[in-house]
Amino acid sequence: MAEPLLNLSAGADTWLRRVRTSGSSSGALMTLIGLCVVFSWITDTFLTSANLVNIATQSTVLLLIALPMTLIIMTEGLDLSIGAVLTVTNVVLAMVAVQTGGVWWALLAALSVGAVFGLVNGSLVARLGIPPFVATLGTLGVAQGLALVLTDGQSVVGIPESVQYFYSGTLAGVPLPLWIAALTYLVFHGVLYHTRFGAYIFALGGNREALSLAGVRTQVYWIAVYIVGGVMAGLAALVLTARISSGHPTAALGMEFDAIAAVALGGTSFEKGKGWLLGTLLGVLAVGVMRNGLNQVGVNSAVQVSAIGFLVIFALMIDAYRGRRA
Amino acid sequence: MSDSLRPSAINSQQGPAALWGALPDSMQSVALRLAALAILCLLLSLASEAFFTTSNILNVLRQAALLFLLASGLTLVILTAGLDLSVGANVALSACLAATLIKGTGSIAIGVVAGLSSGLLIGIANGLLITWVRIPPFIATYGMLWILHGITYWFMKGETIHGFPPAFRAIGSGYWLGIPVPVYLMGVFLLIGLVFAQRTRWGQEIYAVGANPEAARLSGVPVKSRLVLVYAVSGAMAGLASLIFLARLNSAEGDIGESLTLPAIAAVLIGGTSLFGGVGSMLGTLIGALILTLVLNGMNLLAINANWQPVVTGVIVVLAVFFDNLTRKGDKR
Repeated sequence: MAEPLLNLSAGADTWLRRVRTSGSSSGALMTLIGLCVVFSWITDTFLTSANLVNIATQSTVLLLIALPMTLIIMTEGLDLSIGAVLTVTNVVLAMVAVQTGGVWWALLAALSVGAVFGLVNGSLVARLGIPPFVATLGTLGVAQGLALVLTDGQSVVGIPESVQYFYSGTLAGVPLPLWIAALTYLVFHGVLYHTRFGAYIFALGGNREALSLAGVRTQVYWIAVYIVGGVMAGLAALVLTARISSGHPTAALGMEFDAIAAVALGGTSFEKGKGWLLGTLLGVLAVGVMRNGLNQVGVNSAVQVSAIGFLVIFALMIDAYRGRRA
Repeated sequence: MSDSLRPSAINSQQGPAALWGALPDSMQSVALRLAALAILCLLLSLASEAFFTTSNILNVLRQAALLFLLASGLTLVILTAGLDLSVGANVALSACLAATLIKGTGSIAIGVVAGLSSGLLIGIANGLLITWVRIPPFIATYGMLWILHGITYWFMKGETIHGFPPAFRAIGSGYWLGIPVPVYLMGVFLLIGLVFAQRTRWGQEIYAVGANPEAARLSGVPVKSRLVLVYAVSGAMAGLASLIFLARLNSAEGDIGESLTLPAIAAVLIGGTSLFGGVGSMLGTLIGALILTLVLNGMNLLAINANWQPVVTGVIVVLAVFFDNLTRKGDKR
């Protein structure tokens, strides 16, 4: 048992070195710098410290779902439901918070609902062998419908201060969402690069067969990756609810696309089971800068999505070109 | 094609079981789905008196026709083990383009041509992204979904266009000999689809690409152009569906067809077309479209909150793929 494990983590390290040296996320970095230059040039309001802090704070929700999305895509999976699950957990969190007047039971409820959706997604994919994009398209419909049914299409208002604090509060002068983002990033980094579970995630995408031949209960870890996605959606719901001060049945519908876009921009590949977190972080910032900049130029948010779509297709073209050359 | 590739079950039983086993898989699958359809009809007519009325049946057929037209192109895509998540957004953009042109020029023909060609061009763009740029189908068409979403919004700027000439509205809401016009279109395209998929060389090549792209390539099938073809057809059918949808609603706004993607995929999967490619039929998709429409119609008749519809459709998608996997496990693994 010990020997194959050693080999696996060695494999992960080799992957890492390859990914790092191949500069997979140079695309995200260049996009990020390019966008910053363009927006600083065409607007006066972009390059101000207040706006930059604003971008970072607003990007927290996206980062919280883009990180697990990276892991899911690394296992050659996809979670189209994460935006809808974030929406339904936003609704649940808001409803429980309004009922109890506090934050903790609400957070617990949101995390549990997220975990259940993750468990369902993971079981459909790993146990029943349903292709991830169809399984999660199905649960997308379920989550979206549930959000509507729970609220009857209305907003949930009257969110207590203790919830709103998670967006507006500061700790040592730094906005609380940034603390949450930084902590989460560090935890994901630690888990992916320094634990057995992390090594298994690399292997789930790169070489699933070898993993199960090594005696690892593949399905457990495979399902766990999706549960992480659901739970993170629940955590993201806390920041989202705090930010919009309400629960809304369409709050984050479609946000899975921003997350997938960030992961794709970050150089994580959809087919080869390789990816890395720093790339996703840069991708999240690129999407955040893009949306913030386009907002300042007065571009509608639906049209921003188009621009992000073009950016992603462009990133994938480069990815495909690189793959062909390699 | 698919029947000859897969050995049928060994017939150790006697009587009806042996007879059933002797049927080709594709006929078994269609027969099972027909039975499910019949049971559903029976249950619905027991549950609601409003179900078995001429007006309701015609209504169901009209809705199923729209769904089938959209799903028939998608069937070809899924036969190649691909997926087109952009059909709903394609319907939205094509409908809005057609609506604007009909209003602007007063010519129905220009609007119809614009709707159809916008659908077709979007389909070709999908096909090229998948074959030439080599982006996985679900990612390429998913990106396309959001690109189209934004373009439609930018194009419409949140406005609604309504009130079209009666001659145009007839495509969606007219009757001929007492039967809704879309139902005739459904019949025509079912026939074309059946002949194309089962009786033409291109159709058979599409099955071959889905069953085993490498083997298809080695036996001389131009895999890339067949793939572009299926996405182009799927796009063109979305263009056609957009016209019917527009004519029925008599108004267009930015999100006009976006909720159609999940039901269209559901219809194909309920119809027994496998996500793994090479297995499925147009007839199955027709039955799938009917089953899904009946379920949603039944929920309406029983006055169940419409917000449950995406929940039910989502569950049906997952169940359909699950049962498909169950029945194929013996063959594939």
